[in-house]
Amino acid sequence: MSNVSTAEFGAPDFDAIVVGAGPAGAAAALELARAGRKVCLVERGPFPGSKNMYGGVVYGRILDTLLPNWWEEAPVQRWVTRRQTMILTETAATTLDVRNEAWGRPPYNGATAYRPDFDSWLAQKAVDAGAVLVCSTTVTGLLRKDGLADGPVVGVRTDRPDGDLTAKVVIACDGVNSFLAKEAGLYPEVDPANYTVGVKETIALPREVIDERFGVRGDHGVDIEILGCTGDIPGGGFVYTNTDTVAVGLVLSLPALAKGELRPEQLLARLKAHPAVAPLVEGGDVKEYSAHVIPEAGFDMMPELIGDGILVAGDAAAMCLAAGIWLEGVNFAIGSGAAAGRAAARAVQRNDTSAAGLEGYRSRLESSFVLADHRRLRDAPHLVMGELAQQKMPRIVNGVMEDLFTVTNPDPKPRLRAVVRKQMKRHGVKWRDAVKDGLRAARTFG
Amino acid sequence: MAEPTHYPELSFESRMDSVEFRIAEQAHIVVDDRICADCSTRGCVVACPANLFVPTAAGGILFNYEQCFECGTCYLVCNEEGAISWSYPEGGHGVVFHRS
Ligand SMILES: Cc1cc2nc3c(=O)[nH]c(=O)nc-3n(C[C@H](O)[C@H](O)[C@H](O)COP(=O)(O)OP(=O)(O)OC[C@H]3O[C@@H](n4cnc5c(N)ncnc54)[C@H](O)[C@@H]3O)c2cc1C
Ligand code: SF4
Ligand code: SF4
Repeated sequence: MSNVSTAEFGAPDFDAIVVGAGPAGAAAALELARAGRKVCLVERGPFPGSKNMYGGVVYGRILDTLLPNWWEEAPVQRWVTRRQTMILTETAATTLDVRNEAWGRPPYNGATAYRPDFDSWLAQKAVDAGAVLVCSTTVTGLLRKDGLADGPVVGVRTDRPDGDLTAKVVIACDGVNSFLAKEAGLYPEVDPANYTVGVKETIALPREVIDERFGVRGDHGVDIEILGCTGDIPGGGFVYTNTDTVAVGLVLSLPALAKGELRPEQLLARLKAHPAVAPLVEGGDVKEYSAHVIPEAGFDMMPELIGDGILVAGDAAAMCLAAGIWLEGVNFAIGSGAAAGRAAARAVQRNDTSAAGLEGYRSRLESSFVLADHRRLRDAPHLVMGELAQQKMPRIVNGVMEDLFTVTNPDPKPRLRAVVRKQMKRHGVKWRDAVKDGLRAARTFG
Repeated sequence: MAEPTHYPELSFESRMDSVEFRIAEQAHIVVDDRICADCSTRGCVVACPANLFVPTAAGGILFNYEQCFECGTCYLVCNEEGAISWSYPEGGHGVVFHRS
């Protein structure tokens, strides 16, 4: 990234520049345009969503107020009416299986969608409202007032010839690697332990085959989160149904992956071969392989959100909620992006885009699910990625189920309490530690 | 009863052939493999999902930027300051997802 450069400060080209046309950036640009502000949305990919991959489910309720009746036109693959949490060991599986038909009717709950489709659709809403979308353009650095290294941000440099763009405020929605937030000095030290990498295959299967394998009909679909499928590496897996493809993938903690023996696609091959997963995903052609990094540590890794002339939203601000049974980033990106857009529009109107003038962003986030959920679930990433949840719990759960359901006549049936005690002992978990972690989990999730 | 069908795992080449890359002329990631020579961990080799870091017989690293997901894993796991110069490709170039 290029360093500080000079910008003569005449009338800026725009009221606001939003960097990155992912869900955060599109929502920010939409709110700015609706407030009547002149806004430019800059995206490095050839079209919005072209650089973006995820597991597969968008939780759309955040759109209810932004785009009423969004479900009538959003590019949805299937509506999730069945959610499973699968706990695996090499040879066993215990699954919690939840169905809810209400999730298949407006206002719906989760929807599978391809990000290139979804992000393009959402960015088009911003364009319809009056935002200028510039694709195929990489922002390479920030412009500072009078070229001073720590001066207020007054625009961005792009890789286009004569590509400097000036504005009263810049919103960095440039995703997990956010070089802009880092250049603005808003990030403390970057710790790889706060990140995971996700890899996924999109596998083509006929629609009827998917319906049959996953037990759904019509436009209903399934979301499966998997624990205990990543060997020694903290992480998890997922399977999602699209209309005529199935997505199967893994999320892997970076330091452990880098220290281990197996490569991501080898770990994924192991998941695909698991007796509980193979019958769901086998046989189809891989249509696309993809990879992307996730900010995993949530609240504890968030940067400063506000600087002079700059706001940070979405994954750029580590606002993805990655807490085991939840992997929600798109809704948090939309929520924070929209809040940033509104705060920026107010600041521009009041002609004060200093950090103080942009403070409204924080209060908007504090009073919404974005920071409320993150604050409450602050411990969740650590709990879910810890040794107990990752290594021991799957063995204990499946061991207990095996002992309960294996009929060992002529021996009488064991008592549940005895079975649990035996399995905990076998896997070296003390009651004291289990209670301690259980209480911590109860405080976090309860 | 019929034997269960065995589905062979995809080769790494066909895996990467499923992805569209609009290759830029200029490399967006440059690896200084003189620095890699001193590296004992080599996390990039196992962690890069595109398998772009190949150890050489001479103890260095051979790197090709062309089929890169632009994910950031390599610079995050690299433990030698200055070994990887990382940036995004020129606008409009690099990986293009369609069904992810
Ligand atoms: C494997 C995996 C599974 C996931 N599963 C789910 C899920 O099921 N549900 C869910 O809700 N979330 C999920 N997430 C999280 C979700 O994808 C992210 O939280 C979300 O995409 C964040 O949106 P964003 O707009 O902040 O960032 P992004 O979507 O990353 O968008 C950033 C945009 O900025 C652009 N950009 C970056 N730098 C520049 C630059 N310098 N110049 C110009 N443009 C730039 C990028 O091209 C990109 O379009 C998952 C993530 C991964 C990796
Ligand atoms: S981890 Fe960094 S220094 Fe080590 S081999 Fe890889 S690129 Fe080189
Ligand atoms: S950015 Fe990701 S895909 Fe590209 S070289 Fe680095 S680790 Fe590999």
